[in-house]
Amino acid sequence: MKAIFTIVVILFFPLAALAVDPGEILKDPNLEKRARSISKGLRCVVCQNQSIDDSDAQLARDLRILVRNRIVAGDSDTAVIDYVVSRYGDFVLLNPPVKGVTLVLWFGPIFFTLAGLIGLILFFRRQKIDSKDLVQMDNKEINN
Amino acid sequence: MNSRWPYYTPLIILGILAFYFAAGLGQNPAKVKSVLINKKVPEFLLPPIKGSLKGFSNSDLKNQVVLVNIFGSWCVSCRIEHPFLMQLKEKKSIPIYGIDWREPDSTAGPKWLKKFGNPYTLIGDDPNSLGAIAFGVTGAPETFIVDKNGIIRFKHLGPITKDNWDETFKPILKDLRKK
Amino acid sequence: MIIEIGHFSLVLALFIAGLQGTLPIIGAHRNNHSLMAVATPAAIIQFILILGSFTALTYAFLVSDFSVINVTSNSHTEKPTLYKISGVWGNHEGSMLLFALIIAGYGAAIAVFGKNLRPTLKVRILGVQALIGTGILAFILLTSNPFLRLTPAPVNGKGLNPLLQDPGLAFHPPLLYLGYVGLSLTFSFAVAALIEGRVDAAWARWVRPWTLAAWGFLTGGIVLGSWWAYYELGWGGWWFWDPVENASFMPWLAATALLHSAIVSEKRDSLKAWTIFLAIIAFGLSLLGTFLVRSGVITSVHAFASDPTRGVFILLLLIVTIGGAFILFAWRGPTLKGAGLFQPVSREGGLVINNFLLTVAAASILLGTLYPLFIDVLKLGKVSVGAPYFESVFVPMMIPMIAIMGLAPLLKWKRGDFKTAIEKLKFAIALSVIGGLFVWILIDRASAFTSLGMTISLWLLTATLTELAGRIKLFRSSLRESINQLFRQTRASWGMTLAHAGLAIAIAGITASSSWKVESIQIMKFGDQVNVAGYNYTLKHVREIQGPNYKALRGTFIVNKGDDINWVLEPEKRFYTDPVMTTTEAAIRPTFLGDLYAVVGDRDEKSGGYITRIYFNPLVPWMWTGAIIMVLGAGISLTDRRHRVGAPSSNKIPAPGIPAE
Repeated sequence: MKAIFTIVVILFFPLAALAVDPGEILKDPNLEKRARSISKGLRCVVCQNQSIDDSDAQLARDLRILVRNRIVAGDSDTAVIDYVVSRYGDFVLLNPPVKGVTLVLWFGPIFFTLAGLIGLILFFRRQKIDSKDLVQMDNKEINN
Repeated sequence: MNSRWPYYTPLIILGILAFYFAAGLGQNPAKVKSVLINKKVPEFLLPPIKGSLKGFSNSDLKNQVVLVNIFGSWCVSCRIEHPFLMQLKEKKSIPIYGIDWREPDSTAGPKWLKKFGNPYTLIGDDPNSLGAIAFGVTGAPETFIVDKNGIIRFKHLGPITKDNWDETFKPILKDLRKK
Repeated sequence: MIIEIGHFSLVLALFIAGLQGTLPIIGAHRNNHSLMAVATPAAIIQFILILGSFTALTYAFLVSDFSVINVTSNSHTEKPTLYKISGVWGNHEGSMLLFALIIAGYGAAIAVFGKNLRPTLKVRILGVQALIGTGILAFILLTSNPFLRLTPAPVNGKGLNPLLQDPGLAFHPPLLYLGYVGLSLTFSFAVAALIEGRVDAAWARWVRPWTLAAWGFLTGGIVLGSWWAYYELGWGGWWFWDPVENASFMPWLAATALLHSAIVSEKRDSLKAWTIFLAIIAFGLSLLGTFLVRSGVITSVHAFASDPTRGVFILLLLIVTIGGAFILFAWRGPTLKGAGLFQPVSREGGLVINNFLLTVAAASILLGTLYPLFIDVLKLGKVSVGAPYFESVFVPMMIPMIAIMGLAPLLKWKRGDFKTAIEKLKFAIALSVIGGLFVWILIDRASAFTSLGMTISLWLLTATLTELAGRIKLFRSSLRESINQLFRQTRASWGMTLAHAGLAIAIAGITASSSWKVESIQIMKFGDQVNVAGYNYTLKHVREIQGPNYKALRGTFIVNKGDDINWVLEPEKRFYTDPVMTTTEAAIRPTFLGDLYAVVGDRDEKSGGYITRIYFNPLVPWMWTGAIIMVLGAGISLTDRRHRVGAPSSNKIPAPGIPAE
C-alpha cells in the first residue's frame, strides 16, 4: 500500500525545473519580485528538496499562484509565508526560522569559530612556551 | 603538559553522530505531521463538479463528525480505496465529503464517479489546489476526520483499508461522537 | 555464464581482500617477511578480480542481458551505447561495484608505484586499504549484488532515467569516485602511520601525490556535476546546497586542508596529529556521503532508493572504519608532537589559519546538512536547512581565507615579515581595491557584496601572480633572466600558482553569475523578438524531431548583436518513453563575458506561441575555466619529479626565494 502511495507522490516529482511560466508572472514587477523571493524560500512539499520556485510539480505551481494572489490581495511577505506555514508547518520553510529549535543551528558556526580560535591561540601559546623551554635547556647546557 | 583528552574528542563526537544516524534509520524524513490537528479548518470555497449543484466549503463542516477525502480520477490509490468508501456509504457509517483534486478537465471527475460510484455527500471541485492547500495536503488519497465544530482531529495518508479503519479511525470516531 | 564468473570473481576478491587486510599487518608487526610479502601480489590480484567482475557487468549491459535484474532495472535496448555503459554505474549496485573497483585500483597503484615507501609502511597501507575493501565487498555481496538473475528474462528493460543519459552525467560518478574513494588511500596512509607509530617528513612527502590525485579528481567530479546541473536543469542554477552535494563538498574542503597541512608536516615537522586527523576525517566524510545518499535518512534530489538494511550496513562500516581510526588516534596522538616551531605570522601560520577556516567551514556545512536529522530524531518537529543558511555561513568564512591565500605565499617560513610582504603586495592591493570600486560604481546592479566578491577575486589573482613574479625576479633583472627563471620553477610550484589563480577566476565567475544574472520569461510566436542583455533573440520556429529514444520539440533562435553577431541557438524539450519522462536541453553559447542561455517550453494554447526562457549568465565560462585550471594545477604538480623520486631531502629550512609548496 505504502509503495503505491509513494508512487503516486512521485508522480509529482519535478522533471525539469521549467517552473514559473509567463501566465503566472504578475504585472507589477515589484510584486513579482516579492513573489519570486518568497517562492524561493518555500519548500515544494511533494518534491525532494526543491523550492516551489524551482519545481515543475502541479502543487508547486498552485502554491506559486496562491502566493501571488495573496500578494496582490495586499498581504505582507510575513503574512503570505504565515498563511502557508499555518497549513504545512515549519517544514515548508527552506530557511530555518531563528527560534528555539534552530538556535543551535545558527550559533553553531559561531561556536565552531570561537572554539577554533581558542584552539589556535592555545597552539601558538604552546609554541612560544616550547621555544622558551628549548632556550632554557640550551642555556642550562651551556652553563653546566 | 600533554593531556590525552583532546585526542579522544573525535571518537566522542563520532559516537554522538552514530547515535543520531542509527535513530534516523528508523524514521522517514519526508513524513511530516500535520500542523492542523486540533485546529479549525482554514477557509476554503470549492465550486460544484460538473453535473452537481452544490459545492463544498468550510461552512459545511459543522454539527456532525465527517470524513473529508482528497481524491482524483488520476490517482491509482484512490481507485484502490474507493470500494471501501462505497461500503462506508452503504452502511451509513459516516458522511464523506470529497475534494476532487486537480482533474485535467471538468468531465474527468464526474465520469470517474459515474463509472465507479459516488460515496460522497458533498463534493468540491478543486482544480487549483485551494481546497487541498487548506488541508495541508501533499498527495492523494488523504482523509481527514473533522468534528462537530469544524476542527480537524486526524489526518490519514494513503488509502483507507478495513485494517486501518478498524485500528485507527474507529476509536477516534467513537471518542468524538461521545462528546 | 559470464555473469556467474563475474559474481564468483567478486567472492574471490573478498577472500583475497580479507587475507590482504590481515596477514601483512601481522607480518609487519612481527617482522615476518613472508607474511608481509602477501600484500603486493594480493593487491594486484584483488584489483584484477574486481576488474573482471566489473567487465562482466558491463558486458551484460552492452548486450542487454535482461536475465540480470540490474540490467533490466536500468537499461533498454534502444539506449545509445555510451549510456548502456554509463548505466552500469548509474544505479546503486553498479556504483558500489565501481567504488570497490577504485579502492582496489588505488591499492594496486600503491603496490606497483610505491616502490620508495618504507616496506613496513607500504604493507600496512595495503593492509588497511584491503580492510576497507573487504567491508565494501561484503556490503555488495550481502545487500547490493548486481549479479542477481531474473527468470524469466523480460523482453526489454525499464530503461535508464533520461536525466542520466547525458555525457556530463555519464562521467560524473567515475570522476567523483576517483576523488573521494581516493581519499580512502590517504586514510590508509594515516592509519598505517598510526599503527606504525611514526609520522615523519617521509610519510608526509609520500602521502602528498595521492592526496593531490584524489583532490584533483574530486574537484573535477564536483565541477562536472555542477556543469551538468547548469545546462540540464533549464535555468542556469549550478549549486543548491543539497545534502548530497554537501556530502561531496565537505570531503573536498577536508582534502584541501589536508593537502596544505601535509606540506607543513613535511617541511616543518609540525601539525602532524592534525594532518592525520584530517586524513581520517576526509575519508569519514566520504563514507558519510555514501551513507546519506543510500540510507534514506535525509531528503535529497540525489537520493537512490533507500533501503534500511543497506543503511545499517553502511553505518556499521562507517563506525568501524572511522571509529577504529579514532581509537588509534587517541592512543597514538600524544606521540605525534612535532619539533617544528613557528610564529603566527609566517607561512606556516597562514597555512594553519586557513586550515582552521576550512575546518570550521566544513563543520558548519556538516551541521546544516545533518540538522534536520537531529531535530527529527529528538522529536522536535521538522526543520529544513536550505541554501540561504549555507550561503550566509560559508561566504563570510571564504573572505578571510582568500585574503590569507594571497598573503601567505609571500611570507617566509618560521618567522614571516608582514611589512615586507605587504610592501611587495602593494600593487596587488591597490589593483583589487580600485577594481572593486570600479565594479561598484560603474555596474549599476552591483551591490557592495558583489563588489567585495570581485575585489577578493582580483586580490587572489594579482597576489598569486605577484608571488610568481617575485620568484622569477620580474622587473628586477633582465627579461631574459626572468624567462630563464620561469622555466626553472618547479612543477609543484606551478601547481600552486595555477590552483590559486584558477580559484580566483572561478570566484569571479561565481560572484558575477550569482548576482548579475538576467532572466526573461515570455510567450513568443514565430518571428517574435526579445532583447536580453543586449542580444536580440528571434524565435524562427519550433519543430518536432525524432531522436534515438525520444521525440523532441526543437526551437530555433537567431541571435543578433549589432552587425557582427549572427548565431543560432536550438534548445529542445525531449519526451522519452522508457521510462516516461520529459527533459529540457538548453541551448548555450559561451562568450567571454557570459553565457547566452535559451530554453523552449510548452506551447501556449491561447496564443499559439511557445513559452521561452532566455538568460544571460555573466562570467559563467570563467567558473568552468577557473576550475579546469585548478585541476590542471593538480595534474602538473603530480608530474613533479620529486614526488616520484620519493625520498625527501633533509629538513633544511628553505631559502626565502623558494616557493610555498
